[in-house]
Parts: sequence; C-alpha cells; structure tokens
Amino acid sequence: MIEDAAKSAKDADSAKAELLPGLPPAEAEPPPAAADAVLLRIEAVVKKFGAQRAVDRLSLDIRGGEFFALLGPSGCGKTTLLRMLAGFETPDEGCILLDGADIAQVLPHRRPINMMFQSYALFPHLDVRDNIAFGLKRARMPRPEIDTRVAEMVALAKLEGLEKRKPDQLSGGQKQRVALARSLARRPQVLLLDEPLAALDKKLREGTQLELMELQRRLGTTFIIVTHDQEEAMTMADRIGVMNNGRLEQVATPRKLYEAPSSRWVAEFVGDVNLFEGEARPGANGRLTVFTRDAGTIIVTAPLNAVTKSPVSVAVRPEKVKLSRRAPASGVIDAPSTNRLEGVVTDVGYLGGSTTYKIKLDSGAVVRASMINTTRLDSDAYRPTERVVASFTPDDCVVLEQ
Amino acid sequence: MSVRSIFARPARFAAIVPYFWMVLFFLVPFGFVLKISLSQTAIAQPPYLPVFDPMQGLAAVKAAFAALSLDNFRLLVSDHLYVLSYLRSLVVATVSTSILLLIGYPIAYGMARLPQRWQSVAMMLVIVPFWTSFLIRIYAWINILQHDGLLNRILLALHLVATPVVWLSTDSAMYLGIVYSYLPFMILPLYATLAKMDPALLEAASDLGSSPRQAFWLVTFPLSLPGVAAGVLLCFIPIVGEFVIPDLLAGSDSLMIGQTLWLEFFTNRDWPVASATAVLLLVLLLAPLLFYDRLQRRQLEGTR
Repeated sequence: MIEDAAKSAKDADSAKAELLPGLPPAEAEPPPAAADAVLLRIEAVVKKFGAQRAVDRLSLDIRGGEFFALLGPSGCGKTTLLRMLAGFETPDEGCILLDGADIAQVLPHRRPINMMFQSYALFPHLDVRDNIAFGLKRARMPRPEIDTRVAEMVALAKLEGLEKRKPDQLSGGQKQRVALARSLARRPQVLLLDEPLAALDKKLREGTQLELMELQRRLGTTFIIVTHDQEEAMTMADRIGVMNNGRLEQVATPRKLYEAPSSRWVAEFVGDVNLFEGEARPGANGRLTVFTRDAGTIIVTAPLNAVTKSPVSVAVRPEKVKLSRRAPASGVIDAPSTNRLEGVVTDVGYLGGSTTYKIKLDSGAVVRASMINTTRLDSDAYRPTERVVASFTPDDCVVLEQ
Repeated sequence: MSVRSIFARPARFAAIVPYFWMVLFFLVPFGFVLKISLSQTAIAQPPYLPVFDPMQGLAAVKAAFAALSLDNFRLLVSDHLYVLSYLRSLVVATVSTSILLLIGYPIAYGMARLPQRWQSVAMMLVIVPFWTSFLIRIYAWINILQHDGLLNRILLALHLVATPVVWLSTDSAMYLGIVYSYLPFMILPLYATLAKMDPALLEAASDLGSSPRQAFWLVTFPLSLPGVAAGVLLCFIPIVGEFVIPDLLAGSDSLMIGQTLWLEFFTNRDWPVASATAVLLLVLLLAPLLFYDRLQRRQLEGTR
C-alpha cells in the first residue's frame, strides 16, 4: 500500500519534488496514468492575481469517466483551477489539454465543459424547464429534441411536476437538482462541480452525495468536484487531489490519501492524526527505529523510499491506537515490536458511534485514540485519570519527512 | 384591519403616518383643485364661481353644488390648443424617455461593472449636478446655447460652421435640457438593479453556450427590466408635466401642457380651466402610475 502511495505521489506536480528533496526524481518510474485514457491534462499551469500565485505550476492528469475531487482549505487555489477549466479565468502560463487540444484560451461558451455553480446561478426569470433548456437552445438543437432532452433531465434529477416553477419557488435541494440537470443537459465531456453540496443541510447532503455518485457512474461523464469537505471528497471521488498554496500536495485514492499521506501537511489536513517527531535510525528486518522526544522509541515499518532527512515525523491515526489497562508488573509482552506508550486519560469524548480519548503521556505529550463503541453498555470504558497503555503496531505508523 | 389593531401596534401606527401625510397634503388640496375645475371663471376674488360658504346656510351650499359643471373639461377635449398641448407633452416625454434610456442604460451598465471602489465615485459624479440649483443649470444651458454662446463659439473656432447656429428656442435645445436634467433619474434605478445582479448568472449563461451578446439579451436585460420600468416612469411622468425646461429652452410656437396650464393660470387668470387641465393631466398619468405600482408589488412578491 505504501508503495502505491509513493507511486501516486508522482501524480503530483514537480513542485512536490521541491518540497521533498529526499525523493528520487519523478522520471525514475513510468508515468502513472499512461495506461488509462487521459481526458484532461493540466500542464504546469500558473495563475497569478497580482503578485500572488493562486495556482502555481500545477500539473494534473484526469482520466475519462473519472470522479475526481479537488480538496483543500479555502484560498488554496482549487476554485481558481476549476474556473480555468471552465474558461472563466485564463492561465498565465501552461496549458490545459482536452483530448489533446489546448483549450486554455478557448472562451467558456465554446468548451464542451459545463459547470455547476456553488450558488447554482439559476436564471431567476426562467422556469425550471427553460433553465434546463437554456444551453440546448444556444446549441441550436431542434425543438422536439430539446423537449426530449429536457424531459430526460427532469427525470434524471427527479424534478417531475416542477417544470413550470421559477427558481424562487423551489427548495434548496430542488434548486441544486435543477442546477445539476442544467449543467448536464448539454452532455458535457467534463462536468465541473463547485462545492455543489455546500448549501444543503447535512442529511440532504449525504443523500445527494450518493445520488451524484450513482449519476456519474450511469452517465460515465468525467466529474471534477471542488470541495473543502474531506468526508465529501472521500465518499464520492475515485481520486482526490489535495491542494495547498496553489500546488497539489498529493493525488491519490481516498484510502491511500488517508493511510499513506505523502506529507505531514496532508496527514494533518485529511483526518485526525498523532504526530511524533524524532531521529530515524535503520533497524532490523525492514524496520526503522525513531527516537522521539515525546514518546520514546517508536518502531515503524520503513517506507519504500529511504528516509534521507532527519528529523522525521511518525504519524499514527487515532483509530489505530489501541488502549488497554496498565499491564501487570510481570507484564507479558504480546508482541515485542508493538509500540507501547503509557499515560493518563485526560479527556473522554463520547461521539455516539465512537469515543475519543486524550491520553497525556509522562513526557507531557498528548496522544489521541478513537475506539468504536461496539457494545451498548460499556461498563469497562476508560475514565479520566485512569492510567492506560496506548499501543500501535509498526505497520500502523507512517514516517513522514518534515 | 380594524382601527383598534392599527393603534395597538406602534409599527402599524407608524405605517399610517405616510397615509395621513398623503391625505393632508395631496388629497385635500386636490379636492380644492377638483372643485375649482368644476367651477366657472369670474371677475371676482377668488376668480371663480360658485364659492362654497357654509356661513350662508345649507340652501346656498346646495345651490353652489348645483352650479358645478363639466364645461371646462368639455372645452379641454374640444379645443385644439389643449389637445395639441397634451399630445405634444406625451410626444416630448416619450422621445426624451427613449433617449434617456438609450444613454442611461450603457452608463448604468458600465457603472455596475466598475471595481467596487470606483462605483461610489461614479455614483457621486451622477449625483453631483443636484448640488447646484436646477434653475441655475438650465440658465447655464441658455448661456451655452445662445447666439454668441460657448457652443457656437467653439463651432466657429473649429470652422465647423460659418455662421452661428440657432440652438436656443428650438426643440433640440429642449430635448437636450430634459435629457441632461433627468439623466440621474434614469441611471440610478438602472444601476441599482444591474449592480445587484449575481455575476455568476452571466458566467452560467456563457458556460451554457451564450456569446456575450446573447448573455446580455437573454439574462442581463430581462433581469434589469424592473430597473428599466422604474427609470422610464421616473422620467416619463414628470417630463409630461414639465414646465421650466420647455419654457426656457424651447420656442414658443408649440406648448407643452405645463406651459398651457401656466398661461391659463397666470396670464388668463382662468383658474377653473387651469384646474381642469391639471386634473386631466393627473388622470392621464394615472395609467402609467398604476402600472408602476403593480410592477413593484409583483417584484415585492417575487423577492419574498
């Protein structure tokens, strides 16, 4: 898995190589997406707003039929990238190839790409039917065909009976579906979705996520979604590109992104993580020994790429940390390589499905552990001030260079 | 809503203040004008008959009531002088409003597209003429347009004309004055609707295959129609009754209804005919006013 992660990290732009000088140059491995049909290729694209680079020499390949998510904090440049794909912004440098043709300078109305806007941008003076038909009329489609296509889209978006309503007579969820139907009506090669679910409440959002995924699978259209919600990206996307400061930090499947983040930043941005800094020394049989300041010696499975830089960070996800009551003095050590940290429970957060614990180690550092509540009556739960042992295996650790 | 419930809530009570204002300062004076319009002119003080005097008893008041007639209105619709004045007013208002719309729309559109901090500057520039008296500005136009005025001197200096052109006392001068004076009233409502339009709508239009021109006609213009209606009515209605600008800048061969009214009132001292002229003008303008009211109401419902 870690090997795959290293490979997927190559998907990211050359900028990453600068961030991690320890990595071997990218050309050491075959280009990853060569086998898949690349539909959209973004090459070294730069977009400047004044002196600031919103998108900074970013390269990315998106395959046909893929559900791709651009994930990042606000201001990371993900929306700017999406707007360049739609044609609302023109890159200052680099090119955007759609099926091999550079579309970077093509005006938005001449691109086979449609966008679903965050604000939906429904035309308030037109009813649902005319909103959906808007793009078809511009394409000079014959009227009977427009009627057929609109009916098709209305059925697809489950808008039956609302055709004559104006946008201000629709609920938020209905508006969202009209926006979706309108952007899909022209059968674009690529559909761009700018935070499509941000305006919906949580319950509706979850249902809509599944609907969107099903729709995408059925139509086979390439979807590129921009979101700041990692859960949304993880749920829906085949691959996720994590953006920060105008660059791609990592491009990978949701699982790889979570289990094998390529940098400390990604590890912290996606999900919760415990990080221990320390000096790495090679150990026996494919292990590294990390001497940490806060958690003593941690044994980790060595990453594929040799760690060349010290100090390193050891990342452990909270749900990988297992808690147990303090072992008896004569303690049987179950597995000699298991990392064991002793501390006192300081904080218990009950979340329904799971409980998170904060354990203060003797060094003063805090370790977070998350445990699934598998039984309803848990008389054996850990309580604050209780002394516990937190353990995790070397395989559950990821070594990250700074 | 009963009277009690109106007074029970201070907010509702506040809402009736404008109605009270309207009754006191519009409906009551209008009642006087209406009454005078049904009277006959007389060489007397006041210069019309009959005069209601409750002091002389109920019978006198009844007799005065019987003396009221529609004669003045019959005169208005039968005499060419008045009919032509009304027609000229409507024509002048229609032509000026059209010119105003053609000039005002692009200006408002440009203002709405300016960067935010320049928009307030542009707004100031539109409003700045109001800081000078309206009359002074019209007199300034007389100075510019007169025989040896600024315009003729420039034209002569540039050798564009050989002899001074007659500008003053022409319809061109009047239209120039009207368009100049009313332009802010056209620009401001247009700007208000154009500025609040979501720019994402234009992006959506272009994303869905509209050229910029199509996007304008299919999205921007239809959405700015409430502003167009407000601007058109805000200009059209007062221009119909305009008196000062045609009196100062236009020739005297044909009169707008405001000028005719003035003549009847001050030169002929025919208060009843002048009043009838005013009442008929109001009736004429009621149609566009009601239309505007309905439009606004529909818009309010739309935004809810």
